[in-house]
Amino acid sequence: MLNYDIVIVGGGPAGLAAAVSAKENGVDSILVLERDQELGGILNQCIHNGFGLHTFKEELTGPEYAARYIEQLEEAKIEYKLNTMVIDITEDKTVTAMNRADGLFEIQAKAIILAMGCRERSRGALNIPGYRPAGIYSAGTAQRLVNMEGCLPGREVVILGSGDIGLIMARRMTLEGAKVQVVAELLPYSGGLKRNIVQCLDDFGIPLKLSHTVVDIEGKERVSGVTIAKVDQNRKPIPGTDKHYTCDTLLLSCGLIPENELSTSLGVEISPVTAGPLVNESLETNVEGVFACGNVLHVHDLVDFVSQEAKAAGKHAAAYVRGGARHLLFDGEDIPIVAEGGVRYTVPKTIHPQRMEENHTVRFRVGDVYQNCYVSVYLNQERVIHRKRQVIVPGEMEEVVLKQEELKTFPNLSQITVKIE
Amino acid sequence: MYDVVIIGAGVSGCACARELSRYQLNICVLEKEEDVCCGTSKANSAIVHAGFDAKSGSLMAKLNVEGNQMMEELSRELDFPFQRNGSLVVCLHKEELPNLEELYERGIQNGVKDLRIIGREELIEMEPNISQQAVAALYAPTGGIVCPFGMNLAFAENAAVNGVEFYFYTEVVGFEKQESTWLVKTSQGDFATKYIINAAGVYADQFHNMVSSKKLHITPRRGEYCLLDHAVAEYVKHTIFQLPGKYGKGVLVTPTVHGNILVGPTADDIENREGTNTTQEGLEELTARARQTVKDLPMRQVITSFAGLRAHEDGHEFQIGEAEDAKGFIDCAGIESPGLTAAPAIGKMVAQMIKELSNAKEKTDFIAARKGILDPKTLDQEAHAALIRKQPDYGTIVCRCELVSEGEILDAIRRPLGAKSLDGVKRRTRAGMGRCQAGFCSPRTMELLARECNLPLSEITKSGGSSKLIMGRNKDS
Repeated sequence: MLNYDIVIVGGGPAGLAAAVSAKENGVDSILVLERDQELGGILNQCIHNGFGLHTFKEELTGPEYAARYIEQLEEAKIEYKLNTMVIDITEDKTVTAMNRADGLFEIQAKAIILAMGCRERSRGALNIPGYRPAGIYSAGTAQRLVNMEGCLPGREVVILGSGDIGLIMARRMTLEGAKVQVVAELLPYSGGLKRNIVQCLDDFGIPLKLSHTVVDIEGKERVSGVTIAKVDQNRKPIPGTDKHYTCDTLLLSCGLIPENELSTSLGVEISPVTAGPLVNESLETNVEGVFACGNVLHVHDLVDFVSQEAKAAGKHAAAYVRGGARHLLFDGEDIPIVAEGGVRYTVPKTIHPQRMEENHTVRFRVGDVYQNCYVSVYLNQERVIHRKRQVIVPGEMEEVVLKQEELKTFPNLSQITVKIE
Repeated sequence: MYDVVIIGAGVSGCACARELSRYQLNICVLEKEEDVCCGTSKANSAIVHAGFDAKSGSLMAKLNVEGNQMMEELSRELDFPFQRNGSLVVCLHKEELPNLEELYERGIQNGVKDLRIIGREELIEMEPNISQQAVAALYAPTGGIVCPFGMNLAFAENAAVNGVEFYFYTEVVGFEKQESTWLVKTSQGDFATKYIINAAGVYADQFHNMVSSKKLHITPRRGEYCLLDHAVAEYVKHTIFQLPGKYGKGVLVTPTVHGNILVGPTADDIENREGTNTTQEGLEELTARARQTVKDLPMRQVITSFAGLRAHEDGHEFQIGEAEDAKGFIDCAGIESPGLTAAPAIGKMVAQMIKELSNAKEKTDFIAARKGILDPKTLDQEAHAALIRKQPDYGTIVCRCELVSEGEILDAIRRPLGAKSLDGVKRRTRAGMGRCQAGFCSPRTMELLARECNLPLSEITKSGGSSKLIMGRNKDS
């Protein structure tokens, strides 16, 4: 059995930043486990630019962004294992993993950081009717084929879902010689970033049809066409609005799902809203010494925020291992953060006034488009933040900053509420 | 000259092939698709029926019960997943209790063992998630679940090892009767043979009607299904049927041998013999009906849906035997539910017929046992570790959702009648059958197929034919 202070599951942007941060915070014995053949995770297939504006104040591609962190990891001499699949984690922090070289092996950790990322919602999970031919890809799979293998998965393309990967792939497929006919989105608003709609669809004349979905897929062997229909307020197709597209490919970009099967089996409590672990201000789950960050915790828009969050997770895991901040996991003084009035969730879910940062960022998403509204924060019944906003959309993560001074001195604080007004 | 040409490499055809391979006969199987198990056999309920359903005295009832009884031994001998989990026919309305009694009586007549009717309390104890409405159930401990691909592949591989030849992409187009033999005309040339076994699923009536004036009629009856994630594997433990009655036929909810929950099927008679598409209405109907017997069935956990076609013969009876006016042409037609259960018995019955017709002698070197693809998850930790030390390919996970290693995929490609496509690998190893539905593993599996089959990536298909996965190179146009 191997022994490490901190085992990090996943060597993507979250795992890398968490590892570097844990090292900076005084822990030397760290092991990163990555299932793919290189570090960097999905960044490796994101060859477009726009990464790192917050972190490095410059525009990098995905692989460049990953490379910055991989360099730091190498410089800090942090150990990692590639092509290594974690198959089990127990509550006492025994990690079972396997790879070619080491076979099946166990690691005893003092702390664990979950950084497994997420997967794409598949055609099956969407329950789209029709045939099951070749030519139906999730946008990320197509991205990998195009950007890493140089293969074009199709020539005449329809995209369902306006998530960021779908938008990015609409542009990429066009640049590589395919014709993207339309992007259909079930919801009345896009799930992607505004800048991606402009740069990936508008600039290439690709139409975006909101409140539309795919109602049929044709083709016995390879996709030969799809039918798109308008949907009503209940997201049900409206009869008579069918429009047929002749195409050979359907790309799906209909949401990302945090990969928490390992977390669940080790007893981590999962939020039904984010599908990620419920965490306190230290990004610690209900299982002591198990932390989570990145897209396994909640799906992010920007990798910069993943890195920030992972940095915090690394720091708190290091503090836990060093035993300095004797851990007071959910000790009763944790103040619940309640999401209300259009706010779907917050990360973290609780905050401890003694343990929190001086200025602590709370991230959240809304469930609908809100115009000319206010983002408000209440401590008990008292409103302490009331920020005017022109528009807030579900596709863009929001944040509020809580001040430790304010929370510490607030008499009998029992609840923090974040809401849209 | 062949002794026997079998049309169709589905479970019936392959069961016949395997049983016939015991004899000194020259046999081949003709299949229009790229692989075995590509039609009805790949998309069904994966159930081993107890045998109370079929009409007493019918061939269907007889072969169902026989097939059921053969499963344990056969699944050990041919190494495919089978579990006797028991089945429950749930009665939701008091006034339908007589129908449940009737089903019980029929089961007894058909020779189904250990059948009994259980009350509401016992039912709820056995299945806590059963509908509040349930009043009683028929419990059949002999009901089971099986991997339909596993069984079909096991028959085929074992037949191949024992000398049966398989021809894929070989579509039968006609027959020519000669003196005492047949010429089977196909897309790949003619095959001369003494006997023909017509195991062509939804196409069996067409072939029968080409040689016989006593017409057969088969309707493709489409059944749609949804498959639920491992996360809800324990939601039901038995195969839950709804008692058919004036409130409709209901759909079944069952665990699978691989730890998923399967819901289905609907029943729509259609024209198109390739019409395996799912429909909006069908998928909605499934949810509504399944929730009649199982409360709050977590349909949010659906990972895929699919449709299969049953070969429904007008008289709802297996049509097995030599065509009266076409000597040497043996039908194995109308094999709909409980066809999968009956397949081992069908194989035996057909083989016996051919044996009698041809006076074939048994081989002395018949190999009865077949070893399936090793699933390292079934090993204990020590044996698993030893396996990876010996064969490091088992240490590289390709399909993360189902934890399928490179070693298993290579075995699937390299073994007799090996996989040639993504779906072929999927049916043999489950790579791509999990919750991400091949999103992560398909590029890697494609690479392995390309390497092993010595083909460019652009030639790799999802399911053979023109189901190519790659349409070209970047910027090639």
